[in-house]
Amino acid sequence: MDDDVLISKSFKLLGSEGRTALIPYVTAGYPTRDATVPLLERLKDVGADIVELGIPFSDPLADGPTIQRSSFAALENGTTVASVLDDLRTFRDGNDLPIVLFSYLNPILAYGLEAFLSDAVTAGADGILLTDLPTGADPEVEARISESPLALIRLIAPTTPSERVPKVTRGGSGFVYYISRTGVTGARVKLRESLAEELGQIRSVVSLPVAVGFGISTPEQAASVAGVADGVVIGSALIEALDKGGIDGGADFLHSIRIGMDRG
Amino acid sequence: MSTETPTPMNRFGPFGGRYVPETLIGALDELSSAYDEAASDQKFSSEVGSLLRDFGGRPTALYHAKRLGEAAGHPSIYLKREDLNHTGAHKINNTIGQALLAIRMGKRRIIAETGAGQHGVATATACALFDLECIVYMGEEDVERQALNVYRMKLLGAEVRAVGSGTRTLKDATNEAIRDWVTSVETTHYIIGSVVGPDPFPRMVRDFQAVIGRETREQILEITGRLPSAVFACVGGGSNAIGIFDSFLSDKEVRLIGVEAAGTGIETGQHAASLAVGKPGVLHGSFSYLLQDEDGQVSPAHSVSAGLDYPGVGPEHSYLKDIGRAEYTAVTDQDALDAFHRLAELEGIIPALESAHAIAYVLKVAAKYRNDGPVVVCLSGRGDKDVSHVAQIEGNEPLV
Ligand SMILES: Cc1ncc(COP(=O)(O)O)c(C=O)c1O
Repeated sequence: MDDDVLISKSFKLLGSEGRTALIPYVTAGYPTRDATVPLLERLKDVGADIVELGIPFSDPLADGPTIQRSSFAALENGTTVASVLDDLRTFRDGNDLPIVLFSYLNPILAYGLEAFLSDAVTAGADGILLTDLPTGADPEVEARISESPLALIRLIAPTTPSERVPKVTRGGSGFVYYISRTGVTGARVKLRESLAEELGQIRSVVSLPVAVGFGISTPEQAASVAGVADGVVIGSALIEALDKGGIDGGADFLHSIRIGMDRG
Repeated sequence: MSTETPTPMNRFGPFGGRYVPETLIGALDELSSAYDEAASDQKFSSEVGSLLRDFGGRPTALYHAKRLGEAAGHPSIYLKREDLNHTGAHKINNTIGQALLAIRMGKRRIIAETGAGQHGVATATACALFDLECIVYMGEEDVERQALNVYRMKLLGAEVRAVGSGTRTLKDATNEAIRDWVTSVETTHYIIGSVVGPDPFPRMVRDFQAVIGRETREQILEITGRLPSAVFACVGGGSNAIGIFDSFLSDKEVRLIGVEAAGTGIETGQHAASLAVGKPGVLHGSFSYLLQDEDGQVSPAHSVSAGLDYPGVGPEHSYLKDIGRAEYTAVTDQDALDAFHRLAELEGIIPALESAHAIAYVLKVAAKYRNDGPVVVCLSGRGDKDVSHVAQIEGNEPLV
């Protein structure tokens, strides 16, 4: 599929420069409704290559305490699928940073799948990642997303059976997201030691770029993951930095990650 | 055995499925094959059967409730006495089966969610029996209103983790149990408490609870020589209801009626009537009727009874509703509280507040079935756990 132009271009360009993609996650509507657009701009300025923009859900069962909290707060702020697409449209005006929408299936179904796909594309989304839509869970929904211009971002977990790995990315595009540990999202002190080996196995059967996330929280960790992966996803740790220092604090934190990664 | 076999994707019509994080797919595959293998293993079913008999107290009685019948205007109302099970509710039928399955899979750490605490107690009991580690997630609000069961779980050696996020009730306890499972899946089995969650849970829990209906069918035929005209059961996630409905699914003349919680009234928005007024959506791994707002955010449920206080419902119920094989209705907190008292005074049986919903509905409609033959109500549990809470609602000091 050649729809995910911005995402592929981003990985190609980085690859030719020998750099790794920095992929921050932020919850739309957090900390405030009007924070999202300026935050996206700042993340881009400090070196984000792709952003995962979270559409909050009332029951984020794949998320740890930090992203639960940001999701609940965003919902309290009145954030909806429609308001996230509005923010995206505003940001997109003049910006070509690839954006992957990140959510759970139910808000999308309630919005209407066809309407969502077409409105998300119009608003400027490049991809979609749904944590509770694993490969094969709903072939009809998956097919409609695959056929749309949005890249369907697939996840692989350490517990994914090895014979399933090549199938997981079927219908997927853009990149695959390797969950670097079993568990929910959340900043972690230690990462898995076997990461390089696990990525090697994935690469032997999957041709898409592989981004790694779940628990990466320091420039050192990001640098070590950057040595073996095509992309580094930073979520909970960024939300925590936003909590402490607002948009500036979040941007400074992400910048420190970028520097760590590029230094290698 | 059920006549309603799930469609190829192990769905009930469009309902059910496996909408879970990728991390769990391997474990669900493993669980499905372990369960399918166990289900066809004579030794496994006879082990479950003898434990339910010797440890659990099965078969449970089918009791002709004459004074209730008089009050309701129907001479032959029968109560399926699941309240007489060890630990006081039908939940043990499922936890014994799943604990044995966990042992078969080599998993010795067990997690569970609980609302009323009955499933938590039944899980803790099975874990004590088989020497398994047991952690039970329970919403903070339920920890308060079901204090007795919290203490029972601790006595049985379980760790109770109070969940303070979201609604602080069953929905968020389930989220937290799933989060634990996503983290610990290599060593842990999740004993889900109802016919909800991703495949294979809804069909597996149904199969473990189907003993209720198998016994009921035999008993009513033996006692009255005929099938009931209607079977009533309360519906939270729907396990006692599916359990008793299952054996009657192909007897089209038997009406199957599920009773949900109408809380303070459907019109107030404070209720747990997912089938009556919800819309299909995805929660906790399956596609089913769900209380949700226009944006697809799950609405908090409300019921005086913690075990019914859940915005979702098992996918097989959604299917039975849509194909018209079962009917679903709802009764209010107040009607359930009244029925709680009525059954105690009329029959000397204090029902669980959950089961009191089914009793309340039967009190309302039984007279209409007067000339059609016997009716059966699933008395899913006993009310000891609710005594303190009801006393408090009625203006007394809490007893525990
Ligand atoms: C006695 C009793 N009945 C019914 C229920 C509701 O569950 P289900 O609908 O799965 O039977 C509960 C749940 O806690 C319960 O304790």
